[in-house]
Amino acid sequence: MKRLMIVDDSNIIRSKIARALGEHGLEVVGLAPNGEDAVERCVSSRPDVITMDITMPGMDGIECIRRIRAVNPTVRILVVSALADKATAIQALKEGAQGFVCKPFTEHDLTEAIGELFSED
Amino acid sequence: MDEQQLRIFVAIIQHYFAQETGRPAEVGSPYLCDPLQLPVHDFTGVIGISGNRKGCVYFSSPREILREMLLRAGETDVCDENLADLAGEIANTISGNARREFGHEFLISVPVVVHGSDQRISVPKDVRAYVIPFRWHKIDASLVVSVM
Repeated sequence: MKRLMIVDDSNIIRSKIARALGEHGLEVVGLAPNGEDAVERCVSSRPDVITMDITMPGMDGIECIRRIRAVNPTVRILVVSALADKATAIQALKEGAQGFVCKPFTEHDLTEAIGELFSED
Repeated sequence: MDEQQLRIFVAIIQHYFAQETGRPAEVGSPYLCDPLQLPVHDFTGVIGISGNRKGCVYFSSPREILREMLLRAGETDVCDENLADLAGEIANTISGNARREFGHEFLISVPVVVHGSDQRISVPKDVRAYVIPFRWHKIDASLVVSVM
């Protein structure tokens, strides 16, 4: 079972992602409301995959991806953000994310994107 | 903000409600509003805009809309904290989606949520404020765009 950490400043979005992906066989091992918390929990929770918001108080998702990559080069990162411009998606991928889902999203959008992250395993 | 740019926000509202609830919002015609008379409902999510534009975007809704949306999404806890969270998230999503058209220098803040219809939301004095009225689940709500 893949271990999932969800990073988003919205409690209801964290719950929505947890419900959607929990029903598709992922085990939620960490919930983080901001980037700082996510970097700390990434070490203790050892997730296989992270869903990452971009716009958060304090450390944003882009910086968070950069820091997580420094301590965990193998974790898969799926950005789940309202920022719908191409430049943000390109920047996130450049920093080490492997996928991008734009809010608002459906359960299908999420499960498909997570499936693609692991399609080469 | 011209008519074409306001249409971007109209389209985003329509897409948001259709995607999240399966039921599109009925969006009315945007109108210019006196900053002292801007609509404020039970929960208001406010996003500050900076970068290549300046101003704010806010989403304001009666609690019944937010409550119904949470229940439809499978969220059983419809406490005020979660209603406020949803108001902020909707404001964030609408503003963030606008970057598809306005570009990555359309910078958005994290949402600030104001609780209470007796509150006043301050918009920049030198920027026109447009109200985009809409109705969902037979209840009226508003998006206010005050961006130059």
